[in-house]
Amino acid sequence: MKVSFPHMGISYIGFKHLLEELGYEVIVPPNPTNKTLTYGVKYAPEFACMPFKILLGSYIEVLEKGAEILVSSGGIGPCRAGLYGLVHEKILKDLGYDFVMIILDPPFHNIRDFTRRVLALKQKGIRWNRFLYEVKNAWLKLKLLDKLEQTANEIRARELKKGQTTEVFSEALKMIDEARSRKEILMVQKEAIDILKSVPQDYTKQPLKVGIIGEIYVVLEPYVNFDIERFLGEMGVYVNRSIYLTDYVRYTVWDKKGEAHIKKAAEPYLKQMIRGHGIQSVGETVLYALNGYDGVIQLAPFTCIPEIVAKSIIGKVSKDLDIPVLTINIDEQTGQAGVQTRLEAFIDLLKQRKYLGEQEGKRKIV
Amino acid sequence: MKTYLGIDVGSVSTDLVLIDENNNVLSKVYIRTSGQPIKAVQKGLKLLAESVDLDCIEVAGVGTTGSARYLSAVIVGADVIKNEITAHAVAASALVPDVKTIIEIGGQDSKLIILRNGIVVDFAMNTICAAGTGSFLDQQAARLNIPIEEFGSYALRSKNPVRIAGRCSVFAETDMIHKQQMGHKIEDLIAGLCNALVRNYLNNVGKGKEILPPVVFQGGVAANIGIKKAFEEELGMEIIVPEHHAIMGAIGAAIIAKNECRTGKTNFKGFSVSDLSFSVSSFECKDCPNLCEVINIVMENVLLCRWGGRCGKWENMEHEMQKVQKL
Repeated sequence: MKVSFPHMGISYIGFKHLLEELGYEVIVPPNPTNKTLTYGVKYAPEFACMPFKILLGSYIEVLEKGAEILVSSGGIGPCRAGLYGLVHEKILKDLGYDFVMIILDPPFHNIRDFTRRVLALKQKGIRWNRFLYEVKNAWLKLKLLDKLEQTANEIRARELKKGQTTEVFSEALKMIDEARSRKEILMVQKEAIDILKSVPQDYTKQPLKVGIIGEIYVVLEPYVNFDIERFLGEMGVYVNRSIYLTDYVRYTVWDKKGEAHIKKAAEPYLKQMIRGHGIQSVGETVLYALNGYDGVIQLAPFTCIPEIVAKSIIGKVSKDLDIPVLTINIDEQTGQAGVQTRLEAFIDLLKQRKYLGEQEGKRKIV
Repeated sequence: MKTYLGIDVGSVSTDLVLIDENNNVLSKVYIRTSGQPIKAVQKGLKLLAESVDLDCIEVAGVGTTGSARYLSAVIVGADVIKNEITAHAVAASALVPDVKTIIEIGGQDSKLIILRNGIVVDFAMNTICAAGTGSFLDQQAARLNIPIEEFGSYALRSKNPVRIAGRCSVFAETDMIHKQQMGHKIEDLIAGLCNALVRNYLNNVGKGKEILPPVVFQGGVAANIGIKKAFEEELGMEIIVPEHHAIMGAIGAAIIAKNECRTGKTNFKGFSVSDLSFSVSSFECKDCPNLCEVINIVMENVLLCRWGGRCGKWENMEHEMQKVQKL
């Protein structure tokens, strides 16, 4: 059986591993391109958000390549993304594609339903202990991928040769992709980080520190966010992303207390859970300000309600805690030139502020 | 004498300026881009060279800004490329040192820049619609058959401005035509349009921003006294329009170039660039489904640079080409 799943940054390496080891022929969703977006925009309702359109486009691409099963994640609202799987299925079936859609909702919401869907994924002849072993391995890989991205951001801001970190990063991805058994994964875990760290860096440099907050899909998928981590990194800015896939899964599935500190930070401004990543965006802005970051960039899909709510609240956080915030709304109409101009101006603003702050600091010491 | 050249190539106008060490404007050129940025830069350079005594000056640094900042930088050999927001802020604070708010309305975009203690602390740009920018005013002036230079004085003559819907330029035009067919005077229509555009600007670009005096109003539209008056009424404060309001971006770029080139030498290719032949061509890269449109910029039959690709491989070839050229 040929199976595929949505593309979301580099997480495909983990999902590909899992499904391959479970005996499927995996069709890896191609990196989203303009073609993906064109498909998505053509068949999606106009006011659906960017993640909906990209996912729809990428489903069409894999179905054209012969995928028979699509695995996706669900959700329990109120963010409408929880229903995207169902709507995608309906649109695609109306277009005449023949496939099975398996949507995995958070398990503890309806454990029987979840088990039924997992059973549908487990092929006969694969034993349960093997199944669990591979789930754990895939998880290990996903965690490693997150760590790799974090490390790359630290190094990119200090790299001596522009673009080298990104080059080495893709080598490391290949290594992780090729590791199969638990032993190999554990081995590559150290190796991948090590080759990244071998990139020549300017250790004396004190880069600007910028936090990225916002909706998970537009934060994770470089095609959608104009490769913002790389763009800023190559301008010499250290980028810290507030969301990583494994953390997100952990917090939503079993470790609900894991993000208690974020919610607590948001509490003076927003107590109500508005789903999406609204409360996290507010809380993370507070945390970035308290941790001495120079600025925050919010990425929001156009029409995303949780992010719109967060945006209006963040204005106050920005004023209270004196941290500049730039919001970028993303949809298929967003022009690259406009985003670039705003980012350049924002970084100039942060540089000036930092310089002035340092001057004042010196004066105080004298 | 050491001078610094600032070039601002925007959607509608191309501005060039030469300043001295004390930020005094020695010479300036303001022409229309007319959809051909390279030609506009060349023409601007030529006019600029004619207006000064080339034997007395030495260009010690060049800065470019505006939406064609990368393109013009390649053409003239710039030392520094800056975004419009920073360039405008630098120019305004050089002129009015304690400026707290900058309103900039150009051909296609409008900006609001908030400064405190001489540094930019916040900014906003119009996002979706170009309502209220120079192009729209231009278009309306042409429709009403009034020279754009006189647009503002018409507005000042109005006693009862008409209320016009200014959220979207298409609706604004529809509304204006409706009011005109009802028999309103042309002065009242124009004053109404100015008020609508100012309201729209403050609601969209200025949303949630603290506008404190001194306020500097610059960009091409600042020449329109009708808009200036509407801003003054709406904000209840005095608005400063600097003498060189239309070329503030270019002045900013020149000042930034001056600060950048204090010690080093300049990449400036000289005023003779205006006589060279430049050509551009483009192709669609079919190596992946992104189908990027890659632009080649050719100077005198030599490939100068390339851009437009998403993955960067075409841009990288640029270095290869330069290596070949050096050999």
